[in-house]
Amino acid sequence: MKFFLPRDMAAVALGADAVAAALTAEAARRGLAVELVRTGSRGMFWLEPMLEVATQAGRVAYGPLTVADVPGVLDAVATGAAHARALGPVDDIAWLARQTRLTFARCGIVDPLSAEDYAAHGGGRGLDRALALGPAATVAEVTASGLRGRGGAGFPTGIKWKTVADAADAQKYIVANADEGDSGTYADRMLMEGDPFCLIEGMAIAGIAVGATQGYIYSRSEYPFANATMRAAIAAARRAAMLGPDVRGSGIAFELELRVGAGAYVCGEETALLESLEGKRGQVRAKPPLPAHQGLFGRPTVINNVVSLASVPFIMAEGAAVYRDYGMGRSRGTMPIQLAGNLKHAGLFETAFGVTLGELVEDIGGGTMSGRPVRAVQVGGPLGAYFPPSLFDTPFDYEAFAARDGLIGHGGVVVFDDTVDMRHQARFALEFCAAESCGKCTPCRLGAVRGVEVIDRIAAGENRGGNLVLLRDLCETMKFGSLCALGGFTPYPVLSALNHFPDDFQAPALPAAAE
Amino acid sequence: MPSYEPWSAARAETIIAAGKDAPGALLPLLHDLQHVFGCIPDAAVPMLAAALNLSRAEIHGVVSFYHDFRSHPPGRHILKLCRAEACQAVGGEAVARHALARLGIDWHGTTPDGAMTVEPVYCLGLCACGPSAMLDEAPLARLDAARVDALVETVR
Repeated sequence: MKFFLPRDMAAVALGADAVAAALTAEAARRGLAVELVRTGSRGMFWLEPMLEVATQAGRVAYGPLTVADVPGVLDAVATGAAHARALGPVDDIAWLARQTRLTFARCGIVDPLSAEDYAAHGGGRGLDRALALGPAATVAEVTASGLRGRGGAGFPTGIKWKTVADAADAQKYIVANADEGDSGTYADRMLMEGDPFCLIEGMAIAGIAVGATQGYIYSRSEYPFANATMRAAIAAARRAAMLGPDVRGSGIAFELELRVGAGAYVCGEETALLESLEGKRGQVRAKPPLPAHQGLFGRPTVINNVVSLASVPFIMAEGAAVYRDYGMGRSRGTMPIQLAGNLKHAGLFETAFGVTLGELVEDIGGGTMSGRPVRAVQVGGPLGAYFPPSLFDTPFDYEAFAARDGLIGHGGVVVFDDTVDMRHQARFALEFCAAESCGKCTPCRLGAVRGVEVIDRIAAGENRGGNLVLLRDLCETMKFGSLCALGGFTPYPVLSALNHFPDDFQAPALPAAAE
Repeated sequence: MPSYEPWSAARAETIIAAGKDAPGALLPLLHDLQHVFGCIPDAAVPMLAAALNLSRAEIHGVVSFYHDFRSHPPGRHILKLCRAEACQAVGGEAVARHALARLGIDWHGTTPDGAMTVEPVYCLGLCACGPSAMLDEAPLARLDAARVDALVETVR
């Protein structure tokens, strides 16, 4: 019998390792020959730990399981009997079936560290096609796909690659930004844990396309599982000639190394990340020069988000048009949207751009876990705006969110019920900015500290009208005067709280907010 | 449970010599040193400066910039509690307050018996099943006050 159970960090946090141990022990006790493959997660976290069993009709699932469920599940598998935790064939689970999994096609299905499994599920075809097409045609293909930066900035990936390809330098670099610090986001983590070869393949394609021979993945110390999987995958990819001095026998070299940050949120900003990779304080650089001209160690550098790079193997394997045909407006392809916070069905939902925020929260997410009404949804991480349900018709699209003073960021959607105090959330945004500011520019370094003080005065009822005007003025200064998105976007959560939830700024401070 | 070695200049020298030639070597070296000693001991700073041809001020500037690096070894266990928005949305702040009150310490504090250090963390990527935390190497989901109490008992 062949079983599949995630090794994903969230699944393990929910008890997957204990279920795995119980399964192995119970099978041994019964004298059953069992093969247990530890996969990534399918991304349905309310069903984790979710066990899958290979049958002649495809995989069938059971979840969420506890250790106590294991003997009963083994009985049900052996006899075909019903089980309270049976979910039926995995492919028929509606939450999965309605997704468009292009980038996450293999996540939760394959053994993340098996190069054979990767190839058997379509991996490597993009790299082969890139090698066959050559650098210029590969860059053109990525440009034609309409792929834009999935870290949040939305810059066209192909144009970035073209700039680096055109730069004349003996040494160029590919850097994967895996410093996924936004609360409510976990797509990079899931991909690195569940399908690490996909990121490696995307980076190798980038290297071939722009003439870079060295890549770095800059990950987070908060992601120990992803880091361990990624390190093992890099070694396995080298053995499989997906990396190394002679990629796929092409004579082209591409080497890759994982580096781990040290708890600084600002290092998710690309120039701070490059400073950190160079072994320095993670301080933001002024642009220009762009990293594409002078990036890591002063050399031309492609720096892309993990999801951007992991989208490339599909684009190269299936062709730009297939990818570009999904989506809306200038947002082409799919986005792995990460549903989080107070939701019944929170998880990773990859779909074409254009799905509305209301569909994501009420329909796909199933409404709040607490059963209380939704009050606010923060989209795009700690620097994203808080949207009230009256904006639920906003389609998931870079421009549509920007038009409503919001951003999609890295695709995190954090849902709050009606117990949320929006003045407290606005204060937190500024407090977080103050703690994480790199200190390079004044609007961010001082503005965030002053912002917390102003909100505290508003809470204390001190000259509320004047201080509310001052808070908006401060937000304007930070928005237009800061060097990077940390100081520049912290006003989004603050101003959206002020605009959509003004009553919360008139109330006396709650005891919970007065810490 | 992590175990750390007492300070040894010879051990530090070996670690630094093994990693100093990589491009951008300082961050990986700091991780290696903290992995072995539980913190970045003051005595390691001039050694790093000499090996990397940087000033001590530059090394100190990097060590103090990053939240991860400690100046003193932690307790026998480290509990990292997530304070970010997705966990706030499901009661994370109340769980954190309960944990700190139960242990009688503040953020970054260590219990008087040396059993546990509590550190804040801003997102573990477990945002669909919060409030989340890490106890040493083990990730934890859907924490509540009762589970915090049970955790505290197991490490004492």
